[in-house]
Amino acid sequence: MADRPFAIKRQPGFATIALICFVMLYAPIITLVVYSFNAGSSIAIWEGFSLRWYAAAWENELVQDAAIRSLVVAVCASLFATTLATMAALGTTRTRPYRGLTATYAMINQPLMVPEIVTAVALLIVFAVFKQTTGYDGLGLLILAHTAFCIPFAYLPIRARLEGMNLSLETAAADLYATPWMTFRRVTLPLMWPGILAGAMLAFVISLDDVVITEFVKSAGQETLPTYMLGQLRRVITPEINAISTALLAISILMVTIFFFLNRKKM
Amino acid sequence: MDNDEKTAIDVDGVSKIFGSGPDAVHALDDVSVAIRENEFFTLLGPSGCGKTTLLRLIAGFDHPTAGHIRLHGENIAHLPPYKRPVNTVFQNYALFPHMTVAQNIGFGLEMLGKPKREVAASVDEMLSLVQMRDLANRQTSQISGGQQQRVALARALAPHPKVLLLDEPLSALDLKLRKEMQIELKRLQSETGITFIFVTHDQEEALTMSNRIAVMSAGKILQIGTPREVYDHPAERFVADFIGETNFLTATLQDVEGSTATVTLPSGKPARASLPSGTHPDAGRQVSIVIRPEHVTLALPSHETSLTGRLEDIVYFGTDTHYRLRLADDTLFIARMQNRRDGEAAFDPGAEVGIVLADGAVQVLRD
Ligand SMILES: Nc1ncnc2c1ncn2[C@@H]1O[C@H](COP(=O)(O)OP(=O)(O)OP(=O)(O)O)[C@@H](O)[C@H]1O
Ligand SMILES: [Mg+2]
Repeated sequence: MADRPFAIKRQPGFATIALICFVMLYAPIITLVVYSFNAGSSIAIWEGFSLRWYAAAWENELVQDAAIRSLVVAVCASLFATTLATMAALGTTRTRPYRGLTATYAMINQPLMVPEIVTAVALLIVFAVFKQTTGYDGLGLLILAHTAFCIPFAYLPIRARLEGMNLSLETAAADLYATPWMTFRRVTLPLMWPGILAGAMLAFVISLDDVVITEFVKSAGQETLPTYMLGQLRRVITPEINAISTALLAISILMVTIFFFLNRKKM
Repeated sequence: MDNDEKTAIDVDGVSKIFGSGPDAVHALDDVSVAIRENEFFTLLGPSGCGKTTLLRLIAGFDHPTAGHIRLHGENIAHLPPYKRPVNTVFQNYALFPHMTVAQNIGFGLEMLGKPKREVAASVDEMLSLVQMRDLANRQTSQISGGQQQRVALARALAPHPKVLLLDEPLSALDLKLRKEMQIELKRLQSETGITFIFVTHDQEEALTMSNRIAVMSAGKILQIGTPREVYDHPAERFVADFIGETNFLTATLQDVEGSTATVTLPSGKPARASLPSGTHPDAGRQVSIVIRPEHVTLALPSHETSLTGRLEDIVYFGTDTHYRLRLADDTLFIARMQNRRDGEAAFDPGAEVGIVLADGAVQVLRD
């Protein structure tokens, strides 16, 4: 024992602790998924298999409305956030190092560190003033808020990709008569594309399941799927909630899987 | 030196300083060189002497701190790299990984806005020129190092630049492939008639391939000349030492006439010596001289031998033999002689032997 290198795997109780962690992580999720197929209307008593709650959720106009809004917000926010993050990543990797570069990194990533509730309250106050002075309270504000907190999530994979890309490729393109714009279009962009896709997907998933900020920022009647579900919890809980959650989970898993494969395709 | 030969690239008093204050790096220090059209010109020097920096300035990736670079007499300072008719073969090739071999080669022409048909024809021509026809549609990550090197070369040649810059393109290849590519590069240069500026730190490569060589050290060009000139008549100790094996001795200058002089060797005997160009040293001065090992023959000591020494050891190399001698003033002297079929007078270690200098064997250094 003594002459073997330290291996965490061989420590007593390691396997047990690991197992408990996995059970705690996945048991509730599995239960949730299982009960989404419950024929009865309880989320705790199994009464047989059925897809009735999926059908119910699908036909529920409130769910439809919230789902469409969620998708619109997530698509728009991830698009904007990814565009901004791409520019930020180019600005922090494709320029000569400048004073304040580290500060810029920190500024871009700061939202990851600030407690979400703080951002939410701050946005609530700013948007309240904005709504009062302009009278505008449309979905744009929600998209703006989502864009803001999605930027760092989109930024990280894009920057990682760019940092792994040799600057000499862009130099070679310039040497071969490509203008800066053509260099970007024909060399930089195609090579950073997997990073951009990964960033966009991450932003999409993050936006899709956000509750806290949305709850604070949304105007009346602007329910997204997560806030709708939160609202439902205060009333009757039926497996319909499980069905919606399972659908969200499926989308997230799909996204993460695509993200994983795109990242694996790195040169 | 002929005035009727046109200058392709004229580097005029160029300096490049990276950074500022106490950590400033003088990568190039007042470098001037005129590179002629159709020339295979080599920048030779040890690592860090500023070779890549000079190429980057010519290509336009960086700007000189001082001085001018002219292309066919025209100042190109204001031109960004994508407007300079100069292409580069990079030290690490820098092939586009998301394009095929053919797309890589066609990239420059495409960016110049040439019609598709013309690009395709040119790519085809380049593929045959570098013998890569079979691999046209391969991804660049799926070809060998030597093949990547050829693609990089074809990609840089395809737009028919006025000047091709090659930054140690052969350093990543193994010896055999390197020799093949050296021949191929020479062939490509004479077939295309493009001016090549070739960077290497391999003196043999420089000697075999170049029309002219500029020997660099610590940001300065020490000597420019044909391979013969820099080999036979090195002007400075660094050049003599960097290129080939050599013997350094101290001598006294006697009569100076034009570009030659008579010097008194350490043995007290006189010898004819070449002076470095542009210098007119005074008679009576102590100077350093160099004598190449293969510019001497050994003989029994007599009035015809300029130096004498004790033979320390003999190393047989197949085509030639190296003799290490200890001169009277205790300096080491190496002589190299070709081995002949008929064999020559053999010398035994420990014997006292004389050294006969060939004509023009003694070169005075600029100190
Ligand atoms: N961007 C830079 N910033 C600071 N110093 C630099 C920079 N580029 C080059 N240098 C310095 O300038 C000097 C010359 O570098 P250069 O790359 O031209 O050398 P080289 O002759 O090409 O060497 P090698 O044979 O190793 O490629 C070196 O001391 C190097 O450290
Ligand atoms: Mg270099």
